[in-house]
Amino acid sequence: MFEIRIHSRGGQGGVTAARLLATAALHDGKYATACPFYGAERRGAPVVSFVRIDDHPIRVYSQIRNPDLVVVLDASVMETVDVLNGLKKGGRVLINSAHNQEFTGFATFNVDLTGIALKESLVVAGSPILNTPVLGALAKMGIISAESVNEVIRGMFADERNVKAADAAYKEMSI
Amino acid sequence: MRKIATGNKAIAEAVKQALPAVVAAYPITPQTEIVETIADYVTSGQMKSRYIPVESEHSAMAACIGAGITGVRTFTATSAHGLLYMHEMTNWAAGARLPVVMANVNRSLGPGWNIWAEHTDSMQERDTGWLQVYVSTVQEAYDTTLMAFRIAEHNDVLLPVMVNLDGFSLSHIMQPLDTVEPGDFIPPLHLPHAIDTNNPAGYGGLTGPDQHFRFRWEIERSMRDSVKVIAATEMDFADRFGRSYGPTEEYRCEDANIILIAMGTLGKEAEVAIDILRKEGIKAGSMRLRWFRPFPKLNLAGKEVVVIDRDYSFGFGGILAHEIMAQNRGEVYSVIAGLGGQEVTYDDLAEFVRQRRMGKEFWFGVTGHV
Repeated sequence: MFEIRIHSRGGQGGVTAARLLATAALHDGKYATACPFYGAERRGAPVVSFVRIDDHPIRVYSQIRNPDLVVVLDASVMETVDVLNGLKKGGRVLINSAHNQEFTGFATFNVDLTGIALKESLVVAGSPILNTPVLGALAKMGIISAESVNEVIRGMFADERNVKAADAAYKEMSI
Repeated sequence: MRKIATGNKAIAEAVKQALPAVVAAYPITPQTEIVETIADYVTSGQMKSRYIPVESEHSAMAACIGAGITGVRTFTATSAHGLLYMHEMTNWAAGARLPVVMANVNRSLGPGWNIWAEHTDSMQERDTGWLQVYVSTVQEAYDTTLMAFRIAEHNDVLLPVMVNLDGFSLSHIMQPLDTVEPGDFIPPLHLPHAIDTNNPAGYGGLTGPDQHFRFRWEIERSMRDSVKVIAATEMDFADRFGRSYGPTEEYRCEDANIILIAMGTLGKEAEVAIDILRKEGIKAGSMRLRWFRPFPKLNLAGKEVVVIDRDYSFGFGGILAHEIMAQNRGEVYSVIAGLGGQEVTYDDLAEFVRQRRMGKEFWFGVTGHV
């Protein structure tokens, strides 16, 4: 079972990112569950959501304690949240960042999702949309297939800029 | 068709297909998504039902009763305080023999204020004459809601059915969902005591001391008859759509000498705990109780039994544990865990089995054995 924890802020679309990721995994022929963690969080507060992907039906409902991959949609949460908490030895970190960050002991993947969203004018209520471009980065890492990413985004959003942003993230991120 | 959906959305989808004539509801966390989604279906014309946004849960059930007595299909959904607020009317729905179907998203009762999963809300409806079923996956929530209409409306039953799902840990989790074309799986409702709306008349509902007990017995007789209606419905569902259900879901119980019993999502995660215990050489199996009313006959003779209660009866004990002890005339290890959404992992569930002490009660995270 592959376990992913997504860090973002309330209102940034972390829950939708989890949903899109689980749907893409389903399109790839796998089983997936997405669980947003509902606490007392409000818009702007750090939040987490979880995605599990497996070849078999998933029977676990408790929170992910030792993720294989941590996705950080908003690097500013790291000021108050230990995003590496419980991350498996040799696990991976995908971070939305305009410059290269490194986390010792973990394979780090940097991608400027905010820059990509702004370039495509994917902005809602003043906030760049991160949950569709991040799928492109996850496809580049081999978590889900690029075909499923396109299909799932088109199935949920009419605006083709979402697909273009995912494609840009796929192309821009180096692995 | 396969998609990703939350437990709440899955219930709404099943209700859309069952097409009740009337849905009356009042929103409450974590149930709101069910009635919001149904309201969307109705306003967008996808569902030709009458949606009545009422001013309270008491009125929601009263509206289902008023509509139901004309012989039409009805649905509502609620949770926790909303369920308790309709308590007078839940008794009425059963007594009036109306096959209302209700989704209850299990949530803790305040204060202290808490919106997360617990079963004490529906347990307080235990003696109302409602059938109660507890589900553990998004798929099961959908499938069971479809079956609930057919079971409730069967003329050997004619009692309301409550479909229970854990707040947030199932209501808001997203999992794969295969929807079906129900076709004639749910036959049209023929309520034998429906009133004639073209010829309105008032009826006194008074049953005297020489009669009342007969009506009470009729409820119990139908509750007993519901066992075979449930079995036949679940079998027909499996034949048509390929997914099997029963009064319990057993996992590695065949050769087990220890049985771990739980309901809802904990009952599903328990299977992972069983796999861990088996690797350690502990011969344990998991029995997830689906139907709580009518209470199934469990064969636990000669087994050590560990019961997880996500509920409590103050001054007595874990409710499920005591129902099982009463039925089987034997001691169990009673674990109180998961109250108010308390995090309980498969490792914790495995540990409950390892540390079992028959006849003792254990409050997870609070006390030693008492």
